[in-house]
Amino acid sequence: MKTSLQRYLLLWDTSRRSFVLALRSLWLHKLRSFLSVLGIIIGTVSVIMLMSFGEGSMRDALDDIKRQGATNVIVTSTKPPDDASSGRRVMILNYGLTYEDYEQLLLLDTIVGSVPMRMFRQEIRNLHRMHNGRVVGTTAAYENVNRIELVDGRFLNDSDEADEPGDDNEMRNVCVLGADVAEALFPFQSAVGQTIVLNKHHFVVVGVLKERSPLTNAGGVADDYNSDVYIPLRTCRGRYGERIFIRQSGSRTGEQVELHQITLTISDMEKVRDAGEFARAVLKRRHGFKKDWTVTVPLDRLEEAKRAKARYMMLLAVIAGISLVVGGIGIMNIMLATVTERTREIGIRRALGAKRWDITQQFLIEAIVQTTVGGTLGTLFGVSLVFLFPWLLALFRVTLPAQLNVESIFLSMGASLSVGVFFGLYPAFRASRLDPIEALRHD
Amino acid sequence: MPPVVRIEHLTKHYFLESVTVRALCDVSLTVEQGEFVALMGPSGSGKSTLLNLLGCLDRPTDGTYILGDDDISHMDDDRLSEVRSRYLGFIFQSYNLLPQYTVVENIEVPLLYQGCRITEKTRQRCIQLAELVGLGERLDHRPMQLSGGQQQRVAIARALVNDPHVILADEPTGNLDSRTSEEIMQMLIRLNEAGKTIIMVTHENDIAAWAKRVIRMRDGQIETDDRNTEPRIVQDVSSAFVSALNSLLSEAIQ
Ligand SMILES: Nc1ncnc2c1ncn2[C@@H]1O[C@H](COP(=O)(O)OP(=O)(O)OP(=O)(O)O)[C@@H](O)[C@H]1O
Ligand SMILES: [Mg+2]
Repeated sequence: MKTSLQRYLLLWDTSRRSFVLALRSLWLHKLRSFLSVLGIIIGTVSVIMLMSFGEGSMRDALDDIKRQGATNVIVTSTKPPDDASSGRRVMILNYGLTYEDYEQLLLLDTIVGSVPMRMFRQEIRNLHRMHNGRVVGTTAAYENVNRIELVDGRFLNDSDEADEPGDDNEMRNVCVLGADVAEALFPFQSAVGQTIVLNKHHFVVVGVLKERSPLTNAGGVADDYNSDVYIPLRTCRGRYGERIFIRQSGSRTGEQVELHQITLTISDMEKVRDAGEFARAVLKRRHGFKKDWTVTVPLDRLEEAKRAKARYMMLLAVIAGISLVVGGIGIMNIMLATVTERTREIGIRRALGAKRWDITQQFLIEAIVQTTVGGTLGTLFGVSLVFLFPWLLALFRVTLPAQLNVESIFLSMGASLSVGVFFGLYPAFRASRLDPIEALRHD
Repeated sequence: MPPVVRIEHLTKHYFLESVTVRALCDVSLTVEQGEFVALMGPSGSGKSTLLNLLGCLDRPTDGTYILGDDDISHMDDDRLSEVRSRYLGFIFQSYNLLPQYTVVENIEVPLLYQGCRITEKTRQRCIQLAELVGLGERLDHRPMQLSGGQQQRVAIARALVNDPHVILADEPTGNLDSRTSEEIMQMLIRLNEAGKTIIMVTHENDIAAWAKRVIRMRDGQIETDDRNTEPRIVQDVSSAFVSALNSLLSEAIQ
């Protein structure tokens, strides 16, 4: 009676033997084997690459959303479509969010933070140096909500009580510069403590921001924050009023917008959607048919991104499935040819005592070795492409976010192994069913 | 001597689309241990069919076959494989070595299917067998690099490695010139002297002259069954070979 250990060792022996034999015959027919596993190679390469690039861009999108804040609701003023039916030329367009809207929105009790903003394009000057940038009138809360990092000085500060000292309450003429502005105006010295001119008014620089990566906003345009100058909202309102004039081929048109954007931070993610609905309801009530506002909930984009990822994964699964089936058929084809070619060998082995299962196992392992070797080649190739591709594209100033997906390696290796089993089974079965005498007579 | 092979009323029919080929009709035969039997007869008389049945490569249409103590007639495919692996050795006309294996590996093949592990010891035995058949210098050669006679000697070593009850040879010298045939026959005779039972198919009277018993077949039946009163004998009966073989094979039985 054999012990189970002996049986196990025996199985290990025979498997190893078949494995070595399979590697030998693979090596004997290098080109043929390579061509037959080409399908598997291409399949694994594409799965690894697509998964890695998909993962990379997905991570980019998620980072974007995180930077916008998953607990934020962003309300923006939008220019209503031109009212062409009234022939009257409106010189000053009056639209957008108002301070009163802001007060109303703040009534929601799940709000834990809020940032009102006014923005307009403006030349920023210091002596003879000049930078075309954007003035953002806002409050101290901007710092936390947008996770601002400073390289020098401080951000705008503020206090809750209206009569206590603070940049906003005292309408101080202070400003914080974006990285590009600081670089353009004060290339050789520290900006903090210097003075800049914004449309005739002088501001003292109190801080400089770290470089910020652009963020795709609701309109799909990337905001360049590095050309921003931040000033206290009250100062902004007091110095520049609510009108913005735009000179355009001789004519002067103007806009009157009280607030360009309001960012509301909600206490937790579950309540963000409701808060968005609340904001929409308030604004609908207050603005009526005038569609001059948008409410964006970044969390919705998160859901959207997740759905996009799911769709992408489906597509990937289809591609992977097709290429693996194609690869598997290639393997099956070559294995059937191998069985025919080696019919005599099968007959000899049967005559010398091989059971059907021995033959099945031998050819099955051969198929598995082929697909696994193919899968390994494909994996190596795919992984190197994942690193090589973004590097090559970077030479042409195109960024391709790639994040090597470790799961994809296991997945494609596992898939090629199972393809070997699945598509090798029939040829191996055929081999084991051959009649020993006929097989011996074969040449 | 006890009988090793006993067949009774063995019949083999091949059922083709329109006709039934009666390859063997009611053949009965007993072979005792240590016999050297030559099967002769015209082409198509059923020699190979009989040998395949004796080799458990095929199943009879009717009749019984008892090999040693086992009734083979109703065994399933796996059991037949096991019987081949334990009790039978094959020598073919076209040698039938595995081209991708070396000499030693070819000799080893029957052991792979015996359910015992291949160890350094079994490897040593295969090497000794190779030396015994005179291929000690060519252990790592592949069949393609050997002459026909050398290949057939590898096949003989392979047929011996599992220490079979019966060695079955279908025209073992059919592809060889007369000198090499002589060498091969001498080797078979020595095996027989060492106690091996051999059943051999041949067309040539010269070859059959070595055997102790000659069976002639015709149309699927045994026509004559004669004792060869004066079989050819090996001139230099090297008892060294016989004892070496015996010790080698007795080692195998464990
Ligand atoms: N697989 C088969 N299918 C059908 N008929 C077969 C098959 N094998 C053998 N036969 C027939 O059985 C008969 C005996 O064949 P067998 O091969 O045993 O002859 P043999 O004596 O070995 O001849 P040879 O000396 O030419 O080898 C022949 O008539 C042959 O045609
Ligand atoms: Mg024949």
